[in-house]
Amino acid sequence: MAAVTAQPQVDLREPKGWRRTRNRAATVAMYLAFVVVIVPLGFVLYTVIAKGASIISWSFLTSPIPVNVAPPGVGGMGPAVLGTIEITALATAIAVPLGVLGAIYLNEYGGRGPLARFIAFMADVMTGVPSIIMGLFIFTIWVLHFGYSGLAGAFALGCLMLPIVIQSSHEMLKLVPNSLREASYALGATKARVTVTVVLPAAIGGIVSGSLLAVARAAGETAPLLFTILTVTTANPNVFSGANTALSTEIFANADQPFLGAQARGWGAALTLVAIAFILMIAARLVTARFARYQH
Amino acid sequence: MDHPEPKVAETELPEPTAQQQPREAAVFERPGAEVFKTKNVSIYYGSFRAVTDVSLDIYEHEITAFIGPSGCGKTTVLRTLNRMNDLVTGARVEGDVEYRGASLYAKGVSPIAVRRRIGMVFQKPNPFPKSIYDNVAYGPRVNGEHKKSRLDEIVERSLRHAVLWDEVKDRLHKSGLGLSGGQAQRLCIARTLAVEPDVVLMDEPCSALDPIATGRIENLLREIKSRYTIVIVTHNMQQATRVSDRTAFYSVLRDDKNDTRTGVLVEYGPTRQIFEDPRDSRTQAYVTGRMG
Repeated sequence: MAAVTAQPQVDLREPKGWRRTRNRAATVAMYLAFVVVIVPLGFVLYTVIAKGASIISWSFLTSPIPVNVAPPGVGGMGPAVLGTIEITALATAIAVPLGVLGAIYLNEYGGRGPLARFIAFMADVMTGVPSIIMGLFIFTIWVLHFGYSGLAGAFALGCLMLPIVIQSSHEMLKLVPNSLREASYALGATKARVTVTVVLPAAIGGIVSGSLLAVARAAGETAPLLFTILTVTTANPNVFSGANTALSTEIFANADQPFLGAQARGWGAALTLVAIAFILMIAARLVTARFARYQH
Repeated sequence: MDHPEPKVAETELPEPTAQQQPREAAVFERPGAEVFKTKNVSIYYGSFRAVTDVSLDIYEHEITAFIGPSGCGKTTVLRTLNRMNDLVTGARVEGDVEYRGASLYAKGVSPIAVRRRIGMVFQKPNPFPKSIYDNVAYGPRVNGEHKKSRLDEIVERSLRHAVLWDEVKDRLHKSGLGLSGGQAQRLCIARTLAVEPDVVLMDEPCSALDPIATGRIENLLREIKSRYTIVIVTHNMQQATRVSDRTAFYSVLRDDKNDTRTGVLVEYGPTRQIFEDPRDSRTQAYVTGRMG
């Protein structure tokens, strides 16, 4: 048996040379990219809060929209808050069920058939359509016949949300392991049963959070509403008929006014809209966590 | 049943002794009714012929093991027995597969009805992301049982059959995904037993488990075989000798000209004969460890 001899020193430091240089360069580049992305975002948030926070109050969120010359302390954005909520809610009611059903068809029923491929392709194309085109589309097929209404705005927003809901739900359904489907089939379940009792519950967290992100996106859209709701200053609780208004279009209408009061109300509307989007994002996170209960 | 109840087998392959012989002979000479009869079955995936020429009878209240090297089609044949292969696009079966006298692939046969009688346990434990209770109650609910008291009874009985009850009785409403690998597989077995199937198909149920969990599941199989007919695919030859009454050995036919591989059934018989007195040289090579 050999005696224990002194071992040579082992060098476990990262070797010098080209590999280390590249590694450090890539690390620095990634930090830089992060800063480049986060700085403008920070400025946007800062500006919106700095300019909008002073005007925000409960009365701002509920009071009628005054004439443009009114000073900052007078009136508010009540009709626009109401309009955004009712139009977005209606758009959600149209697009989310349709989108989730479409995704279920694509993933569970359509297979690689020509219809499924066509729908998936059209959903891809729809994602790329500029939102103002959606507004024009609804303007031609709906507004010209039935007039401006919250419903028309909801159609336009729904068209915008639909492909997002289809795609995010489809991705979530794809993640459901096939072994779960097989386990259910092996117990004698029908396809509908497998889909409703196994596949959907396994994917529901992702589907809900994806849909909420689509809602947040739609709530902030301006272009599809320009040609569909007319943007009036009076509150219209009837979403199905008559011209309506929304926060996003009010921002648009107030931003180019020379009057300080109107500009201030525009910033207030912007902050309100950011807050709504933020709340929806948080809700999406909570929902995902809530449904992840049995996933571990 | 007129043949004697088989004794509980030892965990190790016992030396053939005078006492052991009658049991094997009984199984060999007087099997129960045929549950499955397959004749000249070939299974295709698209134009690829995965398995060819499988003819075997599977008997009631026996454990039948499918063994053979990877790619020999044992799992494919197993999945043909409850029409699970219907879920694979392009899968096609030729030949006769009869289940208790009825052709499984005849026109008008509902795969749903087939699978309600012929359950399956998979290689990887796959509990649903639901509570333990809901996992076991899933099958009965699918079959229309919604009465709480009946479901409670079924869940307890199935978990007891699967020797899992004592470990989970205080956490029935916790997630089924929180169980260890062996417990999860026993939960999947309980879930399968809950619909009271006639046949339980098992696709390498122990390959993801440690020896202790494997031993538990093997004991469980011996206990439940008086009530069910079991077909088990295994890579583990010791497992086949420990639990099965009959063994089917599959092998791979290579066609070097077209570079294709097709599974074939080489030999089928009582487990003891397959392992101790194989008729085919390929079986001999495989069971003695010289090939595969």
